[in-house]
Amino acid sequence: MEKILNLLRNNARLSNRELAVMLGITEEQAAQQVKALEKAGIIKGYLTVINEAKIENAPVFAMIELKVVPMKELGFQDIANRVIALEAVDSVYLMAGDYDLAVFVKGKTMQEVATFVAKRLATLDSVLSTNTHFILNKYKEDGIVLDDGSTQDIRSTLKSE
Amino acid sequence: MSPIHFNERLAKIPEGVLHKYLDLATDPTILSLSVGEPDFPTPFHIRQAAIDSITAGKTFYTPSRGLLSLRKEISAILSRKHQLDYDPATEIIVTIGASEALEASFITLLNPGDEVIIITPAYITYAPIIIMAGATPVPVVTTAANGFKLTPEALEAAITDKTRLLVLNYPSNPTGGVMTHEDYEKIATILRDKDIAVISDEIYSELTYGVKHASIAQCEGMRDKTLVINGFSKAYAMTGWRLGFVCSSPEIIRNISTYHSNAMLCPQTISQFAGIEALKNGDEDIEHMRGEYDMRRRLVIDRLNAMGLPCATPLGAFYAFPDIRSSGLSSMDFCSALLSSKKVAVIPGNAFGAAGEGYVRFSYSYSLAHIQEALDRLEAFMNEIKSKK
Repeated sequence: MEKILNLLRNNARLSNRELAVMLGITEEQAAQQVKALEKAGIIKGYLTVINEAKIENAPVFAMIELKVVPMKELGFQDIANRVIALEAVDSVYLMAGDYDLAVFVKGKTMQEVATFVAKRLATLDSVLSTNTHFILNKYKEDGIVLDDGSTQDIRSTLKSE
Repeated sequence: MSPIHFNERLAKIPEGVLHKYLDLATDPTILSLSVGEPDFPTPFHIRQAAIDSITAGKTFYTPSRGLLSLRKEISAILSRKHQLDYDPATEIIVTIGASEALEASFITLLNPGDEVIIITPAYITYAPIIIMAGATPVPVVTTAANGFKLTPEALEAAITDKTRLLVLNYPSNPTGGVMTHEDYEKIATILRDKDIAVISDEIYSELTYGVKHASIAQCEGMRDKTLVINGFSKAYAMTGWRLGFVCSSPEIIRNISTYHSNAMLCPQTISQFAGIEALKNGDEDIEHMRGEYDMRRRLVIDRLNAMGLPCATPLGAFYAFPDIRSSGLSSMDFCSALLSSKKVAVIPGNAFGAAGEGYVRFSYSYSLAHIQEALDRLEAFMNEIKSKK
């Protein structure tokens, strides 16, 4: 199970047949294991890592630090539920440290993100403060280096250095 | 200008097929599967040990045979992993890569007129260095049908009264073949009472898949006539550090040392400190890299066989050596055509001696995505060949 996860973590497009061959199991076993991981909620989806900077009208990304007042009984769950329901929000993490929630959002323009923070996030009950950081450049995403130049095989560059 | 005179033996080195081929493969957009070195960077803790030695100013000469602390670690790991016991003080010498280990061994053991049996397809540099040492390489042909192993029959047929040395290289570059302890016992039976020494180049010893690495030095009566050569390049992804070693009897090591101490003085000090760290704390790194190679190996073999390039399952190293004769092309023509039409570089089998004709060497020391793309192009190439027939 762990081996299948590690392979899919790095390349979600591997077929059941390829997984089976690489792990020395049958194709049926590979299919079953993937199904079981999906059913157990361990595999939650299959995404594509996109270097957004290369596409036209690339979106704007921001990370917003949220300080909140935890609710009695519910703790942070209630506010987290309200934040994750917002469509512009990509990721939400509960943090240890100076603030409580790290919220990653995506928008068409900086203005759109600013409006979103001011009108939708800051106004939520129990939000004490927001601190917005716009992302200037992404170097590495989910383990993948985004700049094509720095992914060159050093072995071949050394031969012509 | 008066002419410069060169060593006459240089002219006897046959022109390398490999160099001819590499001259073709210079386009930087080519997808290469030709490299014979790990794609992993040297593990960070090993690099750090080298940095620490530099910071501490440990950049002087070491003993000619290498730091005793390194030789002790080599002794310990060979005992722990391969049940080979060598005295760090008298039976181990550290060299500048396994390459110098080979060169020093050939120079030390050979005289003009001697014959050296090499197992072909063979690592490219054996024959040239044997020729430079004044001796004659005698190729023994191994085949895919028996996993490219040396058989006792083939060995006996090659032995003459001039034979002084047998060179073994298992796990094999380029075939990925391995020899088991039982296989070696049969070879040892032939050699035990003959004055033929054995060089066992075990540089891929840590990269075997599902089988335990064996050494002919483990066979009774063979230890003191065998030179076990190994190094750090493949096991710890340390090719550029140039660090290797020879283990053998005190007499053989003393003789190699006479040559090595004059030719090289001592191995690189910085690399030796990296080597100590690798041997002490590198087991997990090997485990990780071997696991990755193994998965790629399975994928490569499965797809090569499926596309009509039959391939004996390699049990060691990081090469597949498929039979390409179904294409109707020679090794060189196959590689040139694949290069020009699909921009994929693999090495023609005859670069490893005449026995490699009809094969190509496919290295899987590349990322999975790189290998998959190359396999897709190779498959398209094979489909075009089939449709033309």
